[in-house]
Amino acid sequence: MNRALRPLVATCLIFVLAYAAAALQYPALLSSRVLGDLLTDNAFLGITAVGMTFVILSGGIDLSVGAVIGFSGVLAAVLITSVGLHPLVAFAVTLAVAAAFGAAMGCVIHYLQVPSFIVTLAGMFLARGAASILTQDSIPISHPFYHDVSTLFLKLPGGGRITAIGALMLMVFALGTLLAHRTRFGANVYAIGGNATSASLMGVPIGQTTILIYTLSSFLAGLGGIVFSLYTSAGYPLAAVGVELDVICAVVIGGTLLAGGYGFVVGTFIGVMLQGLVQVYIIFDGTLSSWWTKIVIGFLLFLFILMQRFVFSATALRRTE
Amino acid sequence: MTTLSRIVSRLRPALSVQLGALVLVLLGNWVLFPGFFDLSVQDGRLFGSLIDVANRGAPVAILAIGMTLVIATRGVDLSVGAVMAVSGAIAATLVEAGYPAGVAVPLALVAGVACGAWNGFLISVLEMQPIVATLVLMVAGRGVAQLITNGSIVTFDDPWLTFLGNGTVLGLPMAPILLVLLALATILLVRRTALGLFIEAVGVNPSAARFAGLRSKLVVMIVYSFAGFCAGLAGLLVAADIQGADANNAGLWLELDAILAVVIGGTSLMGGRFSVVLSIIGAMIIQATNTGILVSGLPPEFNLIVKAAVILAILVLQSPLAAGLLRQRPGSRP
Repeated sequence: MNRALRPLVATCLIFVLAYAAAALQYPALLSSRVLGDLLTDNAFLGITAVGMTFVILSGGIDLSVGAVIGFSGVLAAVLITSVGLHPLVAFAVTLAVAAAFGAAMGCVIHYLQVPSFIVTLAGMFLARGAASILTQDSIPISHPFYHDVSTLFLKLPGGGRITAIGALMLMVFALGTLLAHRTRFGANVYAIGGNATSASLMGVPIGQTTILIYTLSSFLAGLGGIVFSLYTSAGYPLAAVGVELDVICAVVIGGTLLAGGYGFVVGTFIGVMLQGLVQVYIIFDGTLSSWWTKIVIGFLLFLFILMQRFVFSATALRRTE
Repeated sequence: MTTLSRIVSRLRPALSVQLGALVLVLLGNWVLFPGFFDLSVQDGRLFGSLIDVANRGAPVAILAIGMTLVIATRGVDLSVGAVMAVSGAIAATLVEAGYPAGVAVPLALVAGVACGAWNGFLISVLEMQPIVATLVLMVAGRGVAQLITNGSIVTFDDPWLTFLGNGTVLGLPMAPILLVLLALATILLVRRTALGLFIEAVGVNPSAARFAGLRSKLVVMIVYSFAGFCAGLAGLLVAADIQGADANNAGLWLELDAILAVVIGGTSLMGGRFSVVLSIIGAMIIQATNTGILVSGLPPEFNLIVKAAVILAILVLQSPLAAGLLRQRPGSRP
């Protein structure tokens, strides 16, 4: 078997085994209702994780996504309730603002040549602060459009439903996969993550690609924020605090190498579902406290980083020699 | 003597920038709140806004001491906030279970060192990137802390443990005293022994340091263990301050403040030269700004925007772009 595919296969295997083990204990987990809810509950996480996959593939990190989710949820809520825009117009404005924010971070990272984590840390403070200045409280959204969207779903056999936001996440994953593996932009991202110097010598436009990567990440985080506002029917400045960690975990558990240059968008999807499964299992069990989620996720994270270490140790050795 | 004067002359321009910034922020506070520099003695302890800044800034400053050494080795420790929660949880739970503070406090510190050593093991032996290795504990650490406290906030009224947070010696609160003691011990350790040189060597070029016969792995291990110790101590102070261990919120996002303090202190994220004193001043600048924003009546969230602006300003100043512009100035050396 191609050794490059091993982490992805391992992720899938762990998900299937974990799901089978959980389903043996609670057969109800197999119902299409649970599957549908898994998609709906993790929609905002999954959409954001697609953007993060590109960032990590390029060897960077984006700590601002949680704050951008909070900010765009609040901005959409303010535009709809206070300004009186139609939700679709408000969404377009919100997405444009989020994308511009990401582009600005990309510019700082590229032109000032500073590590992405410190720039996006500043971005996190900025977005969270801006959200809190827009409003301190949770703004409920009661526009008829929100009601329409929540009644929009596809019935699955067995009573489950794929909601609009669940379907949107699947679509973003499909588009993300195409973007990563079938476009020049995707190839450039992999090239930069593999080795930025070689990529630049090969003629990859480093600046343009870097800026686009962070624009995409913030754009998708903005979309995640809108989905989160659809999910909760509200905009709250402190929404999604710490979600950047969940998103990074999902990407890493999905088999993407944190050093960049290797990974699959599909893997991230499995990573998100695996995290969702842990939460669902804890809810089904009922006696375990929710803090076990953190320990299990932390353990999985460790396991995957360790595995990457051994799978790639041969390549890494060759690279340093 | 010549080396000492060289060190002083090397530090002085940098020192003046950060000290100047701190004085500026403090003066700003004084303009907003004329009683800012007032000190008074009540019930045998000093009171005043300055003491308050030192007291509240101490946990971040203690974290920043450990973080400075970590960043000097070209690493970063994201787990310190979670380690604070773990050490606070251990101390509170042990004291509540009837153990004396003399047992609980050392054990909590040992737990901090153990967490740091785990990070060091992942980074030096398994050769993981620091940001990834410490992310594991950042995620799992809070879960472990909640496991220890059983998901609730454990409160305690042990007089000795409480003394750490609220006690005074010679009228001064404990937290700044511990900070000064730790800072002095650290500076002696890194400047009076070769350890500081080793840390800088590992940060500048790990391969070169190894070829020069330096045991880089041991240095990295020691540095992360020390950062864990600092986080353990900071966790004790925070828990003692509120007489309770809150696994969810103790030390939340403080790792970011600690990194910010080190960056304000002028230590480069690319490793190498570092200054413990400047990082502590950086932590105090952050706390003084916090206090200023609270005093001025602006919403506390405004603080986040100020922090972001400060980070950006420093990044611009440190960037190669700015260095190039400065070099092109007429009259300066090429």
